[in-house]
Amino acid sequence: MTATPIRPRSMGTHLTRLDGHEKVTGVAAYAVEHALDLPERPLHAWLVTSTIARGTVERVDASDALAHPGVVQVLDHTSARRLAKPDDAELAVLQDDAIGFRGQIVAVVLAETSEAAREGARLVRVHQTPAAAPAEVVLDDGEAYAPEVANAGHEPDTTDGDVDAALAGAAVVVDATYTTPHEFNSPMEPHAVTAVWDGEHLSMWDSTQSVHGVASVIGRALGLERGKTRVRAPYVGGGFGSKGLPHAPEMAAALAAFAADGRPVQLAVTRQQMFSLTGYRTQTVSRFRLGAEPDGRLLALSHDALSQTSRYKEFVEQTATSARTMYAADARATTHRVVPLDVAVPAWMRAPGEMPGMFAQEVAMDELAVACGVDPIQLRLRNEPDVDPDTGNLFNNRRLLECLERGAARFGWAERDPEPGVRLDGDWRVGTGVASASYPALFMPGNTTRIQALGEGRYAVSIGAVDIGTGARTVLTQIAADALGVEPGRIELSLGDTELPKATVAGGSAGTSSWGTSIVLAAQQLRADHGDDPDAGVETTATSEGYPDMENLALHSFGAVFAETRVHRWTGEVRVPRMLGVYSVGRVINPTTARSQFLGGLVMGLSGALFEEGYRDPRFGHVVTQDLATYHVASHADVGDLQVEWLDEEDTAATPMGSRGIGEIGIVGTAAAIANATFHATGTRVRDLPLTADHFLT
Amino acid sequence: MKELTYVRATDAAEAVAAVTADPDARFLAGGTNLVDHLKLGVATPGSLVDVSGLPLTEVESLPDGGVRIGANVRNSDLAVHPLLRHGFGAVSRALLAGASGQIRNQATTGGNLLQRTRCVYFQDSSTPCNKREPGSGCSAIGGYGRYDAILGTSEACVATHPSDLAVALAALDATVVVLGPDGERRVPMGELHRLPGHHPERDTTLAHGELITHVELAGSPVARRSTYVKARDRASYAFALVSVAAGLELDGEGPDAVVTDVRLAWGGVAHKPWRATAAEDVLRGRPLDAAAVREAVDAETRHATTTDQNAYKPAMLRGVTTSALTTLAGRDLA
Amino acid sequence: MPPSVLGTVAGMETTVRLTVDGTPHEVSVDTRTTLLDALRERLDVHTVKKGCDHGQCGSCTVLLDDRRHLTCLALAVSYDGATITTADGLGEGDDLHPVQQAFLNHDGYQCGYCTPGQVCSAVGMLEEVKQGHPSHVTEDLEADVDLDAEGELMVDEEIKERMSGNLCRCGAYRGIVDAIREAAGLEQHERQEAGA
Repeated sequence: MTATPIRPRSMGTHLTRLDGHEKVTGVAAYAVEHALDLPERPLHAWLVTSTIARGTVERVDASDALAHPGVVQVLDHTSARRLAKPDDAELAVLQDDAIGFRGQIVAVVLAETSEAAREGARLVRVHQTPAAAPAEVVLDDGEAYAPEVANAGHEPDTTDGDVDAALAGAAVVVDATYTTPHEFNSPMEPHAVTAVWDGEHLSMWDSTQSVHGVASVIGRALGLERGKTRVRAPYVGGGFGSKGLPHAPEMAAALAAFAADGRPVQLAVTRQQMFSLTGYRTQTVSRFRLGAEPDGRLLALSHDALSQTSRYKEFVEQTATSARTMYAADARATTHRVVPLDVAVPAWMRAPGEMPGMFAQEVAMDELAVACGVDPIQLRLRNEPDVDPDTGNLFNNRRLLECLERGAARFGWAERDPEPGVRLDGDWRVGTGVASASYPALFMPGNTTRIQALGEGRYAVSIGAVDIGTGARTVLTQIAADALGVEPGRIELSLGDTELPKATVAGGSAGTSSWGTSIVLAAQQLRADHGDDPDAGVETTATSEGYPDMENLALHSFGAVFAETRVHRWTGEVRVPRMLGVYSVGRVINPTTARSQFLGGLVMGLSGALFEEGYRDPRFGHVVTQDLATYHVASHADVGDLQVEWLDEEDTAATPMGSRGIGEIGIVGTAAAIANATFHATGTRVRDLPLTADHFLT
Repeated sequence: MKELTYVRATDAAEAVAAVTADPDARFLAGGTNLVDHLKLGVATPGSLVDVSGLPLTEVESLPDGGVRIGANVRNSDLAVHPLLRHGFGAVSRALLAGASGQIRNQATTGGNLLQRTRCVYFQDSSTPCNKREPGSGCSAIGGYGRYDAILGTSEACVATHPSDLAVALAALDATVVVLGPDGERRVPMGELHRLPGHHPERDTTLAHGELITHVELAGSPVARRSTYVKARDRASYAFALVSVAAGLELDGEGPDAVVTDVRLAWGGVAHKPWRATAAEDVLRGRPLDAAAVREAVDAETRHATTTDQNAYKPAMLRGVTTSALTTLAGRDLA
Repeated sequence: MPPSVLGTVAGMETTVRLTVDGTPHEVSVDTRTTLLDALRERLDVHTVKKGCDHGQCGSCTVLLDDRRHLTCLALAVSYDGATITTADGLGEGDDLHPVQQAFLNHDGYQCGYCTPGQVCSAVGMLEEVKQGHPSHVTEDLEADVDLDAEGELMVDEEIKERMSGNLCRCGAYRGIVDAIREAAGLEQHERQEAGA
């Protein structure tokens, strides 16, 4: 059985976040807030990390640490439990003496209090020997290679037609390099775990986007039988990709729990340690080439993306993939190259690939518009493809142009004078900019939902999904209600626990699509098997493997982002008083939580545009801007008048709810819109993020 | 964080005696910087003498139109005090431009002046830093340098002083009242902080055990017509890239008005609040216009030492200084 | 440790009295224990959150003796006798504080982790406004400050500046400002954000 489209009743209407009360009072319990549920007071774990980038641990001298009152134990690579399957290098914590990057876990201190644990960690003396070969830690140090595959299974290179020939024959050419720096997810709740080993079962409360993912990866590595690892995540303080896959601290907490032998352990990664241990978006260097007719019609489009990865474990940001589908051009090529370095392991950060790739592409398009003297929106109209240039498939519901046109009308684009650097309002130079956004509609198979009738029209709906702040708890309740044809108040939804049926990660903007489809399937199965009024206790479990045949359609969401920027004429400081995002994302299931997701994406995009930059010291190998005072994320004062809207639509080719994902598209294109607006304000074209004041000083 | 003995002081002189007697002791006031450093392992005192309960919480007016500020007056209370808002705009503005509402409610006047650099290497005990560990080397030189000093640097240190308040006090010639084991002494604000030289571990000229008890400001026309302009990456809750505290006294009105007195101090450029006396000299006795401001700033920054990462600072100083003087003059100088 | 004439001397473990959300506690702390860790790890009061532990995010904001205050940069031992209100103690009985209700009404949060701090900060901030405190963006330092007195956009500028010590990585700032406007009794912005 596959799910079939359902009729919207609660879907599409406002429903206040079901966990709102718990959040505004603070009683919502995050990963290290479960002490009252534990058999005894937890031990506090503190991580000790390497201070060289490449070499070996000779000896961990814990004598001073152990002499400190309250310190109970210090684990290192000689004493930690051996993993059964240490094949994931990032998770092979304390398994050998090798140091692969600065900031790697080399010991774990366990103590009765966090004060003692912190001081114990300071007192541990780690004797390290640098490798004979110098560590390579910045892009210039290493040599790029062509990876076999980029993140999310993308081919690294594509080519169609002869780009060089087309460029040579083009009347107008843009050939420029765009860069984005190391960026850090920086959720407000640092990565944290409470773990207990009772001799047979490993129980964890984890700050994760995937309880089942953590249980299966950690359990497998440890050699635990299926079902012996339980992971719970009732509340998660944001993730933005960094909690999508288990990282080293989760394994460290598990190893500490074994060492503590029955005593619970809690581990909260420090804000500083997050910059080495919990993933980040690698810096990217994009050479973008566009060749066009004088009217802006593209003849050639090429995106060569360079990034870096850890020699320890490969991760390739799929920076050039959006260039494969956005615009029509006969000759197109994309490449990904990556430099392996002795650095912390990069990973997912909100819209991996699209975020840096669309920055490059949408600024390049703006440069082309200027070069051709064509309005940037007109330019995009002229390059709208009939079919997906990458696959040749028909797009389902590609409404990019409507997003651009609606946005233009609302933003007042028609009155825009294209001349850059000519508007002064008080001390501020004013400009506006636009960019396109897109994100693929992804779907993950293998989600299982159990629905139990509770009698009197009430239903318990169980799925091991996670609400990391997206509103999943609320939105899945609405989906279940509509799938079962009852009011949302009749649904008791449970999530965030591996005791509940298997669910995939809250990531790839695919959570609601994938989990929701499974809920719909289970509801339809329940109705098929047990009718409209099942007895209390009757239950159905169903697993969605696919929906429906997506092979022949190109499924993407689209959007348009408009920004106004003001650049201070004396100090160069950049402010963004106004932004508008218009999106085509299929049906919006809950307008309230969806709006917050879009706004949040815009804010994170703005933050990346203006502030975010991790500086890795080439001599040491770690990022030295490793806290929230030196790695700036947007604050209240940085966020101006933000507006979002979406097209009224449904996409039942994507999901039975008619929805596509919305979690990531808000960050895509935003930095480009702001960069384009700063060019319009000042006449200075900045191709490197972030757009700090020093770029605009005169 | 090392194990600590904690003492709550009830008397300033005895607090001074206690810290003077113990080289491993430190004063604790608002704690916003010291507690941070305890956690980072940047500060490792054996004992803390908590002076936050000492009754140094008054803002009093002085007969000459000045004010005397108790060292324990919280930043927020000082910023919003009518005497400061009316007579010392630069001080109120500097405080309001610093930190956040919560931190200003906690941080004290004395502690604000004694806060330490936010240089990333000073705060990262896994890297060498002469200020944290004398003789270990300066990691900022050749490293992350966007916030580094451009004036008065040494081969040992390129850190900047992070306080906004201190910049305003330097511009307005405040006096810091200090209690030591031998009694009280008065330190001109310009002499409180020092340049790094060979001893960047010493931020100030205070001896161990000396306690700031008050700050005094004399009333003046330049203080009444003063402001603070801070350029930063984030619009709020961020340390300065550069900043300026400026005071202005003009003879006459309009473009021909002559500068009879001007005060300029810069933040974010040196190991101490940088009183720009050469710039002041250029401006005094002249009509105020953009060219004069540029000439003044350039006179002061002529000997600036910059790198790729902080080469923007002289230009940005021209920017904030022009902006501040434009505000004070009440007309566009361009 | 030598006896002292100075006042209270605390050994490594000492007891402090804290009233938290109306409940008096005597809690044993290390001299190094922060107020934040005393609450979270010793009193199991988790309605105050740890986001950075260094005064750089505002998640640990509470009302301390009625003013908004961080708890991460405060040693518990220096706050003996303090009265602390976390987000959980703001309401009356089961009723939410108007600021909290407004956060619900405007979806002024997503993951919820910074939220208790935002809520406490907003309550403290509105009290500061009531007392006439100016902010960094107040044009005239000497004029009376009243959120309602100025142009509409300026009001938002004032709220945002005053709330900037509370970071929200989910980017719920817009909803938070709207919530504060509602709680402060200000007119709401018009919205036209539904689908067409």
